Amino acid sequence: MIRLEQIHRDFQVGDQVVHALNNINLNIKSAEYISIMGPSGSGKSTLLNLIGLLDQPSSGHYLIDNQNVTTLTAVQQAQLRNRKIGFVFQAFHLIPRLTAAENIELPLILAGREAKQRKQSVFHALQALGLEDRAHHKPDQLSGGQRQRVAIARATIMQPEIILADEPTGNLDHRSGNDVLQILESLNKEGMTLIIVTHDAEVGKRAQRHILMQDGQLASDNLSSRARAE
Amino acid sequence: MAMYSKDVLRFSLDALRGYPTRSLLMLIAMSIGVAAVIILTALGEGARRYVGNEFSSLGTNLIIVFPGRSETAGLNPSTMMGETPRDLTIEDAIALTRTPYIKRIAPINVGQANVSWHGSSREVVIIGSNVDLLEIRHWKLSSGSFLPETDIGRASSLAVIGKKIKQELFGSASAIGEWIRIGDRRFRVIGILGSEGRSIGVDVQETIIIPIATAQQFFNTSSLFRLLVEATHRDAILPAKEFVIQTLQNRHQGEKDVTVVTQDAVLATFDKILKTLTYAVGGIAAISLAVAGILIMNVMLVAVSQRTAEIGLLKAVGASSNQVLLLILAEAMLLSIIGAVSGLLLGNLVTLLIRNAFPDFPAYAPLWASIAAVSVSLLTGMIFSLLPARRAAQLDPVLALSGH
Repeated sequence: MIRLEQIHRDFQVGDQVVHALNNINLNIKSAEYISIMGPSGSGKSTLLNLIGLLDQPSSGHYLIDNQNVTTLTAVQQAQLRNRKIGFVFQAFHLIPRLTAAENIELPLILAGREAKQRKQSVFHALQALGLEDRAHHKPDQLSGGQRQRVAIARATIMQPEIILADEPTGNLDHRSGNDVLQILESLNKEGMTLIIVTHDAEVGKRAQRHILMQDGQLASDNLSSRARAE
Repeated sequence: MAMYSKDVLRFSLDALRGYPTRSLLMLIAMSIGVAAVIILTALGEGARRYVGNEFSSLGTNLIIVFPGRSETAGLNPSTMMGETPRDLTIEDAIALTRTPYIKRIAPINVGQANVSWHGSSREVVIIGSNVDLLEIRHWKLSSGSFLPETDIGRASSLAVIGKKIKQELFGSASAIGEWIRIGDRRFRVIGILGSEGRSIGVDVQETIIIPIATAQQFFNTSSLFRLLVEATHRDAILPAKEFVIQTLQNRHQGEKDVTVVTQDAVLATFDKILKTLTYAVGGIAAISLAVAGILIMNVMLVAVSQRTAEIGLLKAVGASSNQVLLLILAEAMLLSIIGAVSGLLLGNLVTLLIRNAFPDFPAYAPLWASIAAVSVSLLTGMIFSLLPARRAAQLDPVLALSGH
């Protein structure tokens, strides 16, 4: 469902051109679970932002469901982000003045959904993530794990096809990190494509498909032994 | 993909409440601007009405004649030769009584003199006039009688004194029938004026009125200072004015050497001047609204940079640039609206206090000022928040989310 063809992404830094992504070719099937690893500056976050339509390639083609999305208007891209893609960040990025429920509701508001329908969706999401009793708490009244769960609820409230997680466990202790990964993995089992960018080899290992990036290129792209066996 | 306006409002209101200090600052700036427009225009408008009231207390259907020409009626031999105007005399006044358009005529001479009674004395404004003055000016006597209805040219040593003069000279003693000394002549007091208020600079209670012929002898002049003419009714003002001009021209060998103004014309002139003044101060006050707008722009710019991560997040969860623009604009507009409304309240409160402190001064802000103040504040709020809102809309979400 995701196809990257000869993707380049260049940044101008001073008078030097940095090739953050250098000729990336990548096919991702629906409901895949992929980890992207690599040293800092290898381009893994840039790749994730590009897949999430937060960034544009300097050249190359990007297709979602066989539709060339690089030629879409900014408004159409925003709609795609809203409906097909869910982001989970290391820093959670919850809006501090809004309650958990209001943060989760945000994509629905932007999509112009009715209040009644929104309330129902948010209620179900809170329930699914065990956050019912935290609905009216502000982010600063929540633990890190709870915050990330709120962020996941927000990322999945529109039932997207793709979840993009950038170091989702980076700010969490081991146990809540594990919880968060399990939630993401169960969403993957329900059919959402899951792409996790991480430094943590242990986290990366859990995916079915491991992509290693180096200097803006795909250094390796292997299925896990378990996935191969299947 | 359109957000409900209710949701936009709620989001913006939340954002404003999230930063109470800066929101309050902008509110104050905006409301001071709006209040300034309202208060200043209320003062201007109050002055206009005040002058209007003063004029109507001067008399109704009034025509004022004074010697000399204040506007040139084209080039004629007399202006070329710089001739001095002829006197306006008591005979002129008498000549003017022969028309149905004119109800009353009061000739006036004004001067100052020392007045004394039994050792107490003071300087007083002396008005020479006739019986009609009382009615023309709507004055009231508190006791005694006014100047008698006699031949206008006849001098007699009678005086009507103001209430304050009576107090100062006589104290609690009775004044009617007493002889006072004005300059080197003796006058018999026949009445006391009780009217309050001023008419064009002279306090009625501090004047002494004597017959016009006596006043002319006293001040050694044959020229009148003014002629107050009261037309029989409103529609008679113009024909009466024409009659005055014609009659005096005939009497003055064809020279138009007097100035005739109707009270309406004077009032209209003042009205025009004070209206202009009101517009001017309103405009100056509107500048403070522009200042408030610039403040809003600055604070919104700071707000946008404070909230880059939030804006990046909004974009990540699917907000288009236009939606971000809308949210930030809505925030600024909301501030402007609340600011304008509280400014309206503040302005009206202050004008109410002014009216309470000075009951004679009708300081009501004109409706156009309130409308203009509110719409200018909304407009500046809109214009000055466009730049910050556009900046927010154009933020690169990747940079915004990484905290740059």
